[in-house]
Amino acid sequence: MNTSEPMLSMDNVSVEFTEDGGLLGISGESETVRAVNDVSLDLGEQETLTLIGESGCGKSTLGKTAIGAQKPTSGTVSYRGQDIWEARNGAGHVSIPFDEIRHSLQIIHQDPGSALNPNQRILTSLMLPLKQWYPDLSREEREERIHTLFERVGMSPPGDYLNRYPHQLSGGETQRAVLVRALLLNPDLILADEAISALDVSLRVEMMDLMLELQDLFQTSYLFISHDMSNARYIAEKSGGRIAVMYLGEIVEVGTVEAITENPQHPYTKALQWATANLYEDEGEEEFPLRKIDVPDPTNRPSGCHFHPRCPNAREVCQRQHPEQIHVGEETNYARCFRADENHEYWNSPEIPAESSEDAR
Amino acid sequence: MSETDTIVEVRDLDITFQMNRGQSRVVRDVDLDVARNETLGIIGESGSGKSMLASSFLNAVVEPGVSTGEVTYHPEDGDPIPVLELSESELDRFRWEHVAMVFQGAMSSFNPVTKIRTHFRETLQDHNCDIPAGMDRARELLESVYLDPDRILASHPHELSGGMKQRALIALSLVLEPDVLVLDEPTAALDLLMQRSIVTLLRELQEEYDLTLVFITHDLPLLTKIADRLAVMYAFNVVEIGTTGDLLYNASHPYTRALLDTTPDLNVPVDEMSIIEGSKPDPVDRIPGCSYNPRCPMADDHCRSEEPPMMEVRDTQESACFYYDEAADAVPISAAPDKNPPAGRTTAIDGGDN
Repeated sequence: MNTSEPMLSMDNVSVEFTEDGGLLGISGESETVRAVNDVSLDLGEQETLTLIGESGCGKSTLGKTAIGAQKPTSGTVSYRGQDIWEARNGAGHVSIPFDEIRHSLQIIHQDPGSALNPNQRILTSLMLPLKQWYPDLSREEREERIHTLFERVGMSPPGDYLNRYPHQLSGGETQRAVLVRALLLNPDLILADEAISALDVSLRVEMMDLMLELQDLFQTSYLFISHDMSNARYIAEKSGGRIAVMYLGEIVEVGTVEAITENPQHPYTKALQWATANLYEDEGEEEFPLRKIDVPDPTNRPSGCHFHPRCPNAREVCQRQHPEQIHVGEETNYARCFRADENHEYWNSPEIPAESSEDAR
Repeated sequence: MSETDTIVEVRDLDITFQMNRGQSRVVRDVDLDVARNETLGIIGESGSGKSMLASSFLNAVVEPGVSTGEVTYHPEDGDPIPVLELSESELDRFRWEHVAMVFQGAMSSFNPVTKIRTHFRETLQDHNCDIPAGMDRARELLESVYLDPDRILASHPHELSGGMKQRALIALSLVLEPDVLVLDEPTAALDLLMQRSIVTLLRELQEEYDLTLVFITHDLPLLTKIADRLAVMYAFNVVEIGTTGDLLYNASHPYTRALLDTTPDLNVPVDEMSIIEGSKPDPVDRIPGCSYNPRCPMADDHCRSEEPPMMEVRDTQESACFYYDEAADAVPISAAPDKNPPAGRTTAIDGGDN
């Protein structure tokens, strides 16, 4: 199914935000936060990529940039070879119009309720985008599409649900209605930003299963964002997709499910895995996988490897040198950690004494 | 468990609310002992009554809730304190100096316009404590939750991240040297990495300050990393209690087993994850018999007519199920390893059935 060029391609994408000194501008100085730093990622047809990391790591910003909802400060985002922002601005030769790109890249987010107009019946909210993008369809045809999809996601009989207002649906039902709305446009990519995090644990697996079932049917790609490794693993394993780990705006490790869960290379990936407590796990006397609990100030990122102040394995070289992508195993897997390269000078670099950082933890 | 080991003793506890459609019983006839210096985990779905039970340890059930029964606090030396009979002024002292509580959502626990330093000072002042000595203790506590005292004390709550605020709140709750710390979902709404970090440092705090911890959550995997014993709540009552090892490797109530089986686990093959069927119980319209019977695959006429009492499974473990010895076969747990629990894990399995 793969053609020569990926469905979606991000090349050296960075996104910066400038804060104007906070409340009342007391400090008077503006600070620049680089939410996304030089990220390159490709997404193929019907592929699933799961993005994980702590809050504030830039994963939502990267997601929005991928679907054209956030303009990158530098770098390019291309849909089937067409630069999204050139299409938007009508620059150069535009092979795919911006409207078509936008309707091919859809989003469902954490708070599904906010995506539906509270004063409109579900049916009205779902008819609107269909009317906009498929003006040739008759009203009956549009309704039929919606009914069929509602049956498909287990909301049956559809009429019962479609005549309700958003507040009359449960969290799981609202999330399914929003998923249906995204799918009505037959998109190539759905960005699911913490889409299942607000659901009860027992509903999460159900929702993920539904999303994967529909992926087969609609041949959609997913960019799935989560802070929970076990959800990420579930969706990546079932879809055969990759997992990307993000830290302070950077992708620090990418790999297949096996690579990330069985043989993680980056100490940060290992810390995230430690955080996902397993019931039956023989840990014995475990140690903190971090030197410091808190994420450093994103306006003042640490030198060298940005993770080094929290990294239990950091050595002197990590304070001054920024790790490039070091490939491990399969060609698409990489980690930004010197430890992934057994010949790196890291191994001869002096260790950073524990005491110096212990106090600050 | 001998009487002298118990620090909080709960007997026949009922918590009720009057509602338009009748009386809502959100805690029903609970008996529970908390042992000195243990970490007791209370687990249950939302609405199972676990927060209400914990609030009663401080007689802090919100109006118009009514607690009846007995909650007795046993100080290290001195007479037992009947918690539900304390006056408002006695409670003010009791709540900080004997039993302290950290609620979920540290956001609302701090006054947004007051610096963290003032929160510590006012708490010390209100309890007529020596301020300089108390502030020294505050600094020590902040350091032990991995915060920089100078920076934190000079900050307003909004200048701190969620994880920092929650740790500052834990330090504040310990400043009057309570013996028991009750934590109600203390890590909810935080990143998983922060949750796990806080749990790890709570264990360090417990050792350093000889604390008894009561940790309430719906997050079972996290709880097993800190709890010595687990109490499982279903439908406003404790249905199973035992050491963490007992419950992980030998759960004897079908609800506990279903809970273990539905918990997402990185090591479980994804096809084996399952969900508990059926809906939650109603606190007003109580069904006859065992409250779990509508969702239980083992339920028979006996279960539908009579409520099972707590049955002793072993020295350290009790289960409110008539068929506790058949639960393992009736409700298999896909994640459970076949092997025996690893050495060192808190468990009574090696002790045998005596």
